[in-house]
This record gives sequence, structure tokens and C-alpha cells, in this order.
Amino acid sequence: MDIGIVVFPGSNCDADTLHAVRDVMGMRAQFVWHEERELTGLDAVILPGGFAYGDYLRAGAIAATSPVVRALGGYVDGGGLVLGICNGFQVLLEAGLLPGAMRRNASGQFRCEFVSVRAERVDTPFTCALAAGQVLRLPIAHAEGNYYADAAMRAALAADRQIAFRYCDPSGGVVPGANPNGSTDAIAGLANPSGSVVGLMPHPERASEGLVGGEDGRLVFESVARWIGARHHAGRAPTATGVEVR
Amino acid sequence: METETAQSTQVRSVRIIVMLKPGVLDAPGQAIQQGLDALGHRGVRGVRAGKYFEVELTDDARLDERVRRMCEGFLANTLIEEYRFDVL
Amino acid sequence: MVVERAAPVTDVLAGTGLSVEEYTEIQRRLGRAPHRAELAMFGVMWSEHCAYKHSKAVLRRLPVSGPRVLQGPGENAGAVLVADGWAAVFKMESHNHPSAIAPFHGAATGVGGIIRDILAMGARPIALLDSLRFGPPEDAQVIPLEHGVVAGIAAYGNSIGVPTVGGEIMYAPCYRANPLVNVACLGIVRADRLATARAAGPGNAIIYLGARTGRDGIHGASFASTELVGDPEDRSAVQMGDPFTGKLLIEASLEALASGAIVAIQDMGAAGLTCGLCEMSARGGVGMDVDLAQVPRREAGMSAEEVLLSESQERMLLVVREGREDEVLRIGRRWGLQAVVIGRVTAAPLLVVREGEGAVVSLDPRALVEAPIYTPPAREPEYLAAVRRVDPLTFPIAPPQPALLALLAAPNIADKRWVYRQYDHMVQTNTVVPPGSDATVLRLKEAVPCGLALTVDGNGRHCYLDPLIGGALAVLEAGQNIACAGATPVAVTDCLNFASPERPEVFWTFRETVEGIAQACGALGVPVVGGNVSFYNESNDAVFPTPVIAMLGVLNDVRCHATAGWRSSGDVVVLLGGGGPQLDGSEYLIALHGVAAGRLRMPDLASTAALIRCVAEAVAQQLVSSVHDCAAGGIAVALAECCIIGARGASVALSPAQGQRSDVLLFGEGVGRILASLPALNLSALLQLARRFAVPVQVLGSVGGDRLVIGADGAGVHGPWIDAAVHDLARVWRREAAA
Repeated sequence: MDIGIVVFPGSNCDADTLHAVRDVMGMRAQFVWHEERELTGLDAVILPGGFAYGDYLRAGAIAATSPVVRALGGYVDGGGLVLGICNGFQVLLEAGLLPGAMRRNASGQFRCEFVSVRAERVDTPFTCALAAGQVLRLPIAHAEGNYYADAAMRAALAADRQIAFRYCDPSGGVVPGANPNGSTDAIAGLANPSGSVVGLMPHPERASEGLVGGEDGRLVFESVARWIGARHHAGRAPTATGVEVR
Repeated sequence: METETAQSTQVRSVRIIVMLKPGVLDAPGQAIQQGLDALGHRGVRGVRAGKYFEVELTDDARLDERVRRMCEGFLANTLIEEYRFDVL
Repeated sequence: MVVERAAPVTDVLAGTGLSVEEYTEIQRRLGRAPHRAELAMFGVMWSEHCAYKHSKAVLRRLPVSGPRVLQGPGENAGAVLVADGWAAVFKMESHNHPSAIAPFHGAATGVGGIIRDILAMGARPIALLDSLRFGPPEDAQVIPLEHGVVAGIAAYGNSIGVPTVGGEIMYAPCYRANPLVNVACLGIVRADRLATARAAGPGNAIIYLGARTGRDGIHGASFASTELVGDPEDRSAVQMGDPFTGKLLIEASLEALASGAIVAIQDMGAAGLTCGLCEMSARGGVGMDVDLAQVPRREAGMSAEEVLLSESQERMLLVVREGREDEVLRIGRRWGLQAVVIGRVTAAPLLVVREGEGAVVSLDPRALVEAPIYTPPAREPEYLAAVRRVDPLTFPIAPPQPALLALLAAPNIADKRWVYRQYDHMVQTNTVVPPGSDATVLRLKEAVPCGLALTVDGNGRHCYLDPLIGGALAVLEAGQNIACAGATPVAVTDCLNFASPERPEVFWTFRETVEGIAQACGALGVPVVGGNVSFYNESNDAVFPTPVIAMLGVLNDVRCHATAGWRSSGDVVVLLGGGGPQLDGSEYLIALHGVAAGRLRMPDLASTAALIRCVAEAVAQQLVSSVHDCAAGGIAVALAECCIIGARGASVALSPAQGQRSDVLLFGEGVGRILASLPALNLSALLQLARRFAVPVQVLGSVGGDRLVIGADGAGVHGPWIDAAVHDLARVWRREAAA
């Protein structure tokens, strides 16, 4: 099993994500430089959090033009799995791999704090270890997490079960007071229709050890470990070829 | 890539303004209005915050179309933003 | 009375900030008149901000050595051994004057600058702390300053990926036009890979790495050395930072350092390229030959002086082993930075800077770096006798419960979550105890299970009343905060913020403050491994003398740490330490009577040091559930905070000393008192531990219920002084509207 963690100029959660995936979860993982076009051999690709290209123009906008992101479409078509965390989610939106756009938080400010999110869809590679409706306590750290979709998109998201996580209160109630940034429909995370691409604003890599932030985030990585394990077992692993690392 | 004709040695300045679409929450604009209010500026009825770009590019007959492509594909996120431009 | 600096008699000196005497000394050292570019370099290198002319002699009083110290003052930052083979690099810097003019950019570039100082030691920056001072928060002049500074720190720190894990903000009228912005940074590096700024190896390449050079901040260093009376529209002095480039610079520098090709490294901060070239060569006892034409520029038509003096941000200077230049250039360019060889190290101690054919600079770099040291006159300020004659006991006792609520709502005490929720305090996933507690605790992934604790503390009002005692109190307060987290203090870095040292009263105050810091650091056995002096913090008003102490502590096992809030109903509440509270200089006196006055008492340094060691040990042994020291607002506020943070109540009885007033007991301040809660089962072990350190312990009561009740021990005559719902206390402290 091989997990690739993309590094853009300005990414700053790449090392944290590697630590969670490799050192805490024990999975094989490596960095993937933003200029890399060849992703075969990687079971999953993670776009980490941070400020790729300083968030200049719009968060994720410039990173979406990089070779590695342009290669993601083909990678996903070939069976690849993609997880976008925070800035990574913003990149997926700008690249059109997930629908919608991010606006500035309704509060107008950067917010670093713990929130609760409810798992809405649990048959994706990144949520299969969760139970439907399970509440996770995860940290957010963003200024542009106010998700927007127009009416047509919202209908499509609902029809295709694309909402992966919603902000909620600790007991799972999706109420306005639990929405930290004003996101449409309290959306904290999305999936593509097949579930192979998931993006979420909270940081699971910051909640993978009890000492720092709790352990609810581990479940996202456990999910993908389980999914990939099952796929290998069934003999459907992508062929491994060399992948350039940083 | 476009071929440059003899005419295109001239460089034009284009001013582009990108604004949030009406109806999309403008948190920065609201915060700025609060700030003006706190500083004692009277009679401010509304503030919208946007982005302004100055782009220098070689001129040709399809300048407008090229600018539109830049805006729609990159400078503006057309789901939530609209744009307008002037060629000087 | 302001002592006029000797007016420059020639146009040549205008704008350099140099005095006629200094110019004469320059001529003596060079054996000739300086060339234009050389004079400009002297102007910035001999500015107070760079040269510490008025402070160096006094700073020699500070203790700088210790068994853990790997690097004391003299490099870009100090370094101490914290775990097997690992060093912590630590420094604090001020960016006061730029923040007064352009709060967002001034604060942002302050963050960027201190990060690069840590990077210049070869360390990865892992945490930031900020200490801020503003005028009254509702003041129209203050609001944009405060919000701009907080936003600037957030914007830069968040984007560059270094967590801002702690800090403090205090408000007083003297800071209205003179905000203070002090930022501390911590980095981690293998002890045997600490970098240096000492250039070496004739023939080695001098490589410029980072952003292009523009006209930012020309004469910024001399700008910081004058009072703010000029045109506030003078924008040429303000630098603009780019945290994105800052992040690229961190990664490229660390990668280049890991290659082993780097001999020396320095950031281009105050005085820009000038400082980099002359400090690196002077420290190494070598020379340099540099071609300014190679320096990447952002603007056309820049003069040699502009290139030399520019304070464009996000630039580093490297000395690279001859033959390995391409390796380093490749690393820089891969990260999208400018990377260029601009010169070579030479054997003879001569700094030669060329522009095109001619040399515009040719001198011994030590002439620039070894600036004159002054010992200005000192005189005790006249106001001191007057403020010390004020006896707080002549004021009436305020009803305790309304007084407590007033203090909880006071800007200096109220919840600061509105600030730190704007800072990413979790990036790098090392934050074990986030902002909001007495000290932050970080884990060290490199040296499990060790941890580090950090705090930043200072009280200008105390120093205003007694600079010696105030200086000592700042250090002791920091030590207590470190101990509350369960750590042993190991190093201090400081920012000393004062008005003009050319005024005898200010210089006297500076000298006394440093003496107080020295005594307290000596008592705690903690060296000062580096720091910063910021003078000329005055415009029409002068600031309180404001020493800010950032302290680093070590936890042998980071899992054994403590925080302030109660944890378990039924836990016993105890008070450790025999410190005596006093209302002199207290928050209570300001909040209730509008007075900053009184006579401070010097605390017993030895017993406070013992208390600190005792508390750190108690936490390390996991005897206690929570720990919190009594600081601003006294024991009543501390108890209230324990209840609010722990979301549960407590019932305690305090024993007034003979004749002690209730307000002194409840709201009096001073070091030497730390609250703890613990399971009753652990009480005898704690008492035994405390006896070993000769620390007095009083059992006050217990945790439970949802109210804070503070009564008088033994007396049943009056009702309790405080009987309030924790929910109501929290509402006031958090400045929330009534439900």
C-alpha cells in the first residue's frame, strides 16, 4: 500500500499528514512534488492543508493549475483515490474534481478551533470505518471554509449522496450554532458520486493521537487503509511503477 | 498558441475587476463596512469588496476573447464571482 | 528633559542618524573620510537598533551561561540542549515602530523576521509567541492598531505554517501611540548541527537566497532609533512581508543546510545586506568581495546604497563551500527563490563591495560591527517618590463580589480567546496544551517523551513603580507559569521596551530593570540566551518601562503536564507558597480606583525559586489534577479562572493575616502563590514533597458544585465574600451578552 502526499510550494500540513499516515498509522507513504505527472502505483493521493501559493488569487486556485493536479483526473479514472484536506479540498474544488466553491468564513476571520462533524456518507474509501451519523471531534483552521453551491448543485449533491460530512453539535444535531463558517447546508466535506474523491475542511491528521487533539481523525486513515487492504486482497491493486519523491 | 502578427508588437493594458456575484455573502465587504462605521464615517450604506488586476498583454484582434478566457478560466471563479474589464 | 543629540554639522550626515562624534570616530578608524555607501552602512550599523550602543554595557549584567547553553547571546538566536542530542533555539524581537505606522504589515514582518533568526541557526521554527501592548481597547486610535496587529500576526504565522501557541496582551494609556509588538520564536535542531553566522574559508561562495531586493524599509533601522514625531505618512520605512516566500525560504534553507554545503548562514533583517555582509565577515575574522550587480532586484535604477540598505524581507545570506555552489543554487531555484552567487570570502579582513567596476565599499568589517558603547547618565525619576507615597490602604474596601466581576471583565484579565482563535495554534501537530493556559506545552516528536513549555510575561506597570522589583517579578511570574505546566525553566529570551535612553531617568530605569531580571534569573538558575532592546518608544507620551520575558521549560515526560481548570469534583484545593499579596501596583487598584501607584515589595527570590521547583515536581509526579498561579487580580481571580476553565465550582476559605483587609487578601498581587487541586488521596504525598522544598501549603477547600464560594476561615459573622454561579463568572470573563 502506497500513499502519496502532494507538496505544493506553501503547503504546510504535508509533514503532519505524513506523520499521521506513516508514523502513527504505519502505512507506507511518501511526498509527491507538485510537478509530478505520474501517479500510477499510488493507492491514494492526499492533498494536504496549508497555504499553497500563499492562497493568492483564491485559496487553491493556483495549485489547481499544477501538473500533479492536472494528472488527478486521469488517476481517478484509473481507480485512484484522492483525499483533499482543508487547502487540499479547496484545490479539488478549484480543479473541478468536486463541485462548488469556497468563500471567506462568514465571521470574516480565520478560525482555529475544534468542531463536531457528522458522517453523512460512509461508503467511501475515506469514511468506510465510520458508522452513518457518527460524530467526530476534529479541528478546523481556515479563513475560507464557507462552502457554496448554487441551487442546481445542491440538488445534485443530494441526489448523488455527495455530502460526506456536515458540521453538527456534539450530539449530532445539525444546527446553525454548530456551523463555524456559514457553509451551505452545513457542508464540511464532500465526495464525488463514486466516492473515490473526498474533500473535507477539518484536519484528521491533527486528531490522530490522543496527546495532541484526540483520535477521531484516525478513523479517516483507518478507512482508507481498510479499503485499500480489501482491494489488494481482491487482486485489484494498481500496478506499481516508480514514483518520484521529493 | 496564437501566432503573433506584425501588428501585435503593441502592448495593451487591461484593467479587470472581479466581484462576488450579487447574492453571494460578502463577508469582507461587511467587515469593512463595520470598520468604517467604527471609525466614525457617516452615511456608509454598503461596501462590496472585490479584486482588481492590471494585465499587460500583446495586442491582437482577439484581445477581448483572450481576456475573457483568462477571467473565466482563472482570474474569476465564475460560480461565485463575476468580472468586467476595460482595455486602455 | 530630552537631551539633544549633537546636530550634524554637515549635509553628509543628514539622514544617517550619526552624531558628529561618531563621524569623527569613523574617520579615525578608516584613516580617511568614508565613501557615500560606507557612510550609509555606518548609519544603519551604528543605529541603536543594530548596535545596542546605549544598552550593551548594562546587558553584561545578565547571566548568559549554564550547563545546557550551547549558544548564548552573540549569534542570531540562543540555543540550549533540551533532550538527548536536540537543541532548542529561542529568541524574541520587537517591531514596535513599524507596527505603530502600519500595524498589519509591521506585525507581520516582525513575525517573519524572528522566524528567519531561528532559521539562521539551522533550526526548523516550530512555535511563536507574541506579547502585545496597546492603549485602552475602546480608544478610537487603538482599535485599528490592535486589530491590525492581531490580523498581521495571524496572516503571517498561519500562512508560513508556524503555530502561534501563546502570548499576552495588556492595555494601558501610555501605549496609545506607542504600541509594543514583541514576537518570540522557538526552533528545533540537532545539537551537533547548530548553524553559525561566522563566515570562513577564503574562496567559499557568498550566496543570496530569497526574494528580490526592492526599496522596502530604507533606513528602517535608523527609523527604529528615533521617536515617532515625524510624518505618519512616511511609508518608505515600512517593510512588506510575504509569508509564502517565507515558507519557501524555510524549506530551501533547511534542505541546503542538510546537504552539508553551508558554512555559515545569516538572515538579512535589520540593515539588510549590509548587516549580513559585515557581521558574517567580522565574526569570522575574514573578508568578502561582493558584486552588487549580482543582487536580484525588484525595481530598476536602485543605487548601491539602496541595495545595501534595503530591508526587503525573506532573504538569507549563505556562505557555501567552494565547489558546491550549484547544489545550493539548484535547491533554491527548485523552491522558486532567487539564488545567486554574489561574491567570495577572502582571507584578509577587508569587506569590498563593488558596483560594476569600482569598489564603493572597502573597509575592515569589524569597524562597522564594533560600534561605540555608551554609558549615558542615569538619574532616579522624580515621579517615583510620589507614586510610592500612595498607600492603597487609604482607599476604601470595594465590595468583593462586584470587584471580582469588574476584574474578570477588565481588558487585562478577560478572556483572550478572540485573539488566539485567529491563530493556527495546531499546525505541526505538536501542541499538547494550547493557548489559554498558564504556559503552552509542546511535544517533541524527535525526542519522545520530552516536551517543552513556553510562556511570555511582563508588567510595565510594576516596572513603572519599581523597575528593579518589576524586572524580577516578570522573570518569577514566567517561572511560575512554566512550573504550572509541569516544566523546569531552562532559558530566557527578553525584549526590553523603553523610551529614550538619552534621558537620564529612562536610562536609570533601564539599568535597574536589567538588574532585577539578572537577580531573578540568577535565583532560578536560568540563563538569558539572547534578546532584544527597543528604545525610543515614545511620542508625546513615554511607555512604561516594559521588559518582556519569554521563558522556555523542559518536561521530561510531556504526558505529565497540568492545566489551570479544576478536573474532578471532590478534589482538594490547596495554596502552595508563602508569597504575601499587596494591592500596590495591582489590577484591582487600577480597575476599582483608577490608580497606578504604591510601593512594591521585593519577593523572596530563594523561596519563590523553591516553590517553582516544587510545583514542577508535583506535576511531573502526577500528584495534582490542576495548577494555576495567582497573578493579576490576585487569588480571587485565579480561583474564578480555575472554575471557569474547569466548568465547575469550588468552595474555599481564606485565612486573613492579623489585621489584613479582605481586598488585600482577595485581590492583592505578588509572586509566590500557586493554586492546585488534587485527589484527597494524594494530599499527604504533596505535603511531603512541599516539606522537602520548604514550601508552605494551605488547604483551602474543595472542588464541587456549580458555584464559587470564597469565605473567611473560621469567621461565621459575615457571609462569604464571594458566592457566584460559575456560569455568571464565565459570562463576564468571556464578555458575552447576558443569556
